[in-house]
Amino acid sequence: MADNNNTLLDIKDLRTYFYTDAGVVKAVDGVSFDLKKGETLGIVGETGSGKSITALTILGLIAIPPGKIVSGYIDFDGQDLLKLKQKQLQKYRGNRISMIFQDPMTSLNPVFTIGNQLMEAILAHQKITKKQAYDKALELLDMVGMPDIRKRMKSYPHEFSGGMRQRAMIAMAIANSPSILIADEPTTALDVTIQAQILELVEELKNKTDSSVILITHDLGVIAKYAERVLVMYAGKPVEFANVNDIFYKPYHPYTMGLIGSVSKLNEEKKERLKPIKGTPPSLIDLPEGCTFAPRCRFALDSCRLSYPPNIEIEHGHFVSCFRSKEFYSGSLSRL
Amino acid sequence: MLYYIIKRILQIIPVIIGITLILFILMYVIPEDPARLILQKGATPQALANLREKMGIDKPIYVQYWRYVTSLAKGDLGISYRYRRSVNEILAEHYPNSIKLAFAAIIIETIIGIIAGIISAVKKYSFLDILVTISTTILVCIPVYWLGMLLQIGLGLKLGWLPMSGMGDGSIKYYILPAITLASVSTAFVARMTRSSMLDVLSNDYIRTAYAKGLSNNRVIFKHSLKNALIPVITYIGIDLGTLMGGAILTETIFAWPGVGRTIYLAILQRDAPVVIGGTIILVLIFVVINLIVDILYATLDPRIRFGGGEANY
Amino acid sequence: MFPIKEEKNKQPIDDSDLGNIIEESITEENKFDKKYSKSSLYKDAWRRLVRNKLAMIGLAIVIIMALIALLAPYIAPYDPTYREKTASQQGPSASHWFGTDILGRDIFSRVLYGTQISMLVGVIAVAISLAIGLFLGAISGFFSGIPDAIIMRIADIFFAFPYILGAIAIMTILGPGVLNIFIAIGLLGWASVARLFRSSILSIKEKEYIEAARALGASNSRIIMKHILPNSFAPLIVYSTMNVGTAIIVEAALSFLGLGVQPPTPSWGKMLSESLNYINSAPWLMFFPGLAILITVLGFVLLGDGLRDALDPKLKR
Repeated sequence: MADNNNTLLDIKDLRTYFYTDAGVVKAVDGVSFDLKKGETLGIVGETGSGKSITALTILGLIAIPPGKIVSGYIDFDGQDLLKLKQKQLQKYRGNRISMIFQDPMTSLNPVFTIGNQLMEAILAHQKITKKQAYDKALELLDMVGMPDIRKRMKSYPHEFSGGMRQRAMIAMAIANSPSILIADEPTTALDVTIQAQILELVEELKNKTDSSVILITHDLGVIAKYAERVLVMYAGKPVEFANVNDIFYKPYHPYTMGLIGSVSKLNEEKKERLKPIKGTPPSLIDLPEGCTFAPRCRFALDSCRLSYPPNIEIEHGHFVSCFRSKEFYSGSLSRL
Repeated sequence: MLYYIIKRILQIIPVIIGITLILFILMYVIPEDPARLILQKGATPQALANLREKMGIDKPIYVQYWRYVTSLAKGDLGISYRYRRSVNEILAEHYPNSIKLAFAAIIIETIIGIIAGIISAVKKYSFLDILVTISTTILVCIPVYWLGMLLQIGLGLKLGWLPMSGMGDGSIKYYILPAITLASVSTAFVARMTRSSMLDVLSNDYIRTAYAKGLSNNRVIFKHSLKNALIPVITYIGIDLGTLMGGAILTETIFAWPGVGRTIYLAILQRDAPVVIGGTIILVLIFVVINLIVDILYATLDPRIRFGGGEANY
Repeated sequence: MFPIKEEKNKQPIDDSDLGNIIEESITEENKFDKKYSKSSLYKDAWRRLVRNKLAMIGLAIVIIMALIALLAPYIAPYDPTYREKTASQQGPSASHWFGTDILGRDIFSRVLYGTQISMLVGVIAVAISLAIGLFLGAISGFFSGIPDAIIMRIADIFFAFPYILGAIAIMTILGPGVLNIFIAIGLLGWASVARLFRSSILSIKEKEYIEAARALGASNSRIIMKHILPNSFAPLIVYSTMNVGTAIIVEAALSFLGLGVQPPTPSWGKMLSESLNYINSAPWLMFFPGLAILITVLGFVLLGDGLRDALDPKLKR
């Protein structure tokens, strides 16, 4: 996949398992994708599909044990992040790669001021004085659209609204001008009116700082608007990976089709939402034999239940894991 | 905040009145004549009657109680039957010893308990963690007086390193054994609380954020986790300070420590009601006041409740 | 015992499991046949308890101690009050496993017999606490207002009162003796039970099925017996198990101070205080009774810990 030098991050066959009392949880199972410079990549899937664990694995934030990275590599700028020790990885975290988390209510430490937490992020990676860090922190708060910044530096997280906290989180994440910004469902916990503002802010900062964004969400509307390429995950596995148009107009995986609902609706430019697909995702401990989606798939054949379909490049840059994708491709099987 | 403090102080008053009432009734029930206690054998009935009148104990119980409460309000705890000295004086003499011992114990439980708890939490399921878990479980179950005796035999008698009992010249070596004994159970609790509180805090989202910022492990543990994790631990230690100051009866008895716990215990055995009631009131008062201070301290440690009027509003 | 907050073990992955748990609990509450879901709840708890090695060790200790208490007359090699004139203050040997005291009494037999008092005090004192606490807690929780305020203020007084000091004071007034120990320790434990029961009543009172029962005309006492008692069973059984351990320690302390069981009845606390003068010449005198207290209390604490983990799956390690 990483065939041109425009690639910033290249992940291959990543497997993150958790060894629990109840059994092995294959939270991320064979994920591969690449991220180009300046690109916004969307990762979409239901809760428990392994989106967040993928992001946490990139940053080396998986608790080991019970977690274990069983295979794969994460090539960032010519360096395999999985080979780095925690101490070396610290230099990347929050510096070259940073992350915005889902819930700004719980992601900020309640007993330290915003200014303290923001300056800490700066001072962790830049050799500057406290005074300089303070000025830089003010600048960052201004950049993320925080009003009354001097007073806000001294405020505690509980004195902020959800949207303001998420702005503070973003300020922290961009403090060291990272190459990659991972946004893990950055708007899920926020009011609908605030959601758009925050996403616009991320997009604006991305363009300003020329960084790449990995946008993790289950909201297809967000994906359609901001992502250039999309990785669809199901039960820890990547089921489809393509550019955003192909995902919406030419999906080859029945799960992606289910997510989108119907193509015709999208043509009418109606706002799309996750439509419930019949059944529930399988328990990651007790995965079904063969294709994990087969029990919920309306196209499933008996043979789908025998082995897991290989990930194939069905068109240039369009990857899919489905035994019947060729039939969709040739048109012998209708997506409807 | 001020309103909250005043409210809490007002709540103390019924508790104190309740305790004096209960103790007064209990001590009154004892079929023992204080006048006889004071005058010993061979006193004439006339002398006894005179003394009774002078002490006011010939009056009905409610009159006596009223007299006691009114003088209590003025800060007068009465006169000891046994020693014929003011209870205020007796307590003032013994209280400092108990407070010193309590502080020695608090220092031990804070340092050892918190360090053991942190190690246990950070190195979860390691050999050290298991060792801490086992020893805290055993410490909680050990009768303190037995532990005290074991220490006396081991470190005092067999090895001869430390004095076995008494306060001697008040130097630090006299404090070590009784302080360890007094601190034993609390140290175990502090270690366990620190461990579970740390683990609780370490599973929070903001810890993940701290790591994601690229902070070192030590910084995450000592800056981001410790302050949050220690809030409940400090609350416990504060409450324990109040308890230790009054609950040292057994330790003080074993080590012949001239503290207030032993004084009250001896007074109970000698039916010296004014000392028992007065001492207990002071104990309870200290306990409640320390609790109040802990609550206020708690509010200053945790910014979330600073403006909440005392109640935690998460 | 001081309640220790257990750590939440946050597993980031079991989202699907979590869903199942929530689903189960929802169906459980709505299930028409409450008996069925209740019994399966306890079956689950029992399964978790059996899997917990420490809890099983605790249970084994408790059972063994109970058996020793019952069978002491049959297994003790000597009469606990028999004075063997020729064997005064002897160290542990084949004929006297734990040695003898100054009067020539067999320590092993006395420790075995001492189990009787400890277990009896532990169980009966906790039963008294439970009886008073449940009664006052029920009044407090059900008829909120003035009775609630009065009972809770009295509970505050009991909480502010140093435990050992309270026990000593009550024992001084009642005089020494086993029966009075029951009363003293029982009286001191009621406040925690009452608070616990009151708060579980208050939280359950709002639940729908209680309102439904009330609407159907069930009386308060009937609601307490049928609905609230089974639901607050879990915290109460954990508290009581732990508290048996505390009661045993307090009994030994009282006997140690000379206020509890009177000679010649063998009691561990009494044996300890008798050994005080001989800790130099005969250290075994203090060693074995103390160890017996430690092991017995450990049994109850381990069992209580295990019960709490088993009955509250949310808190599992």
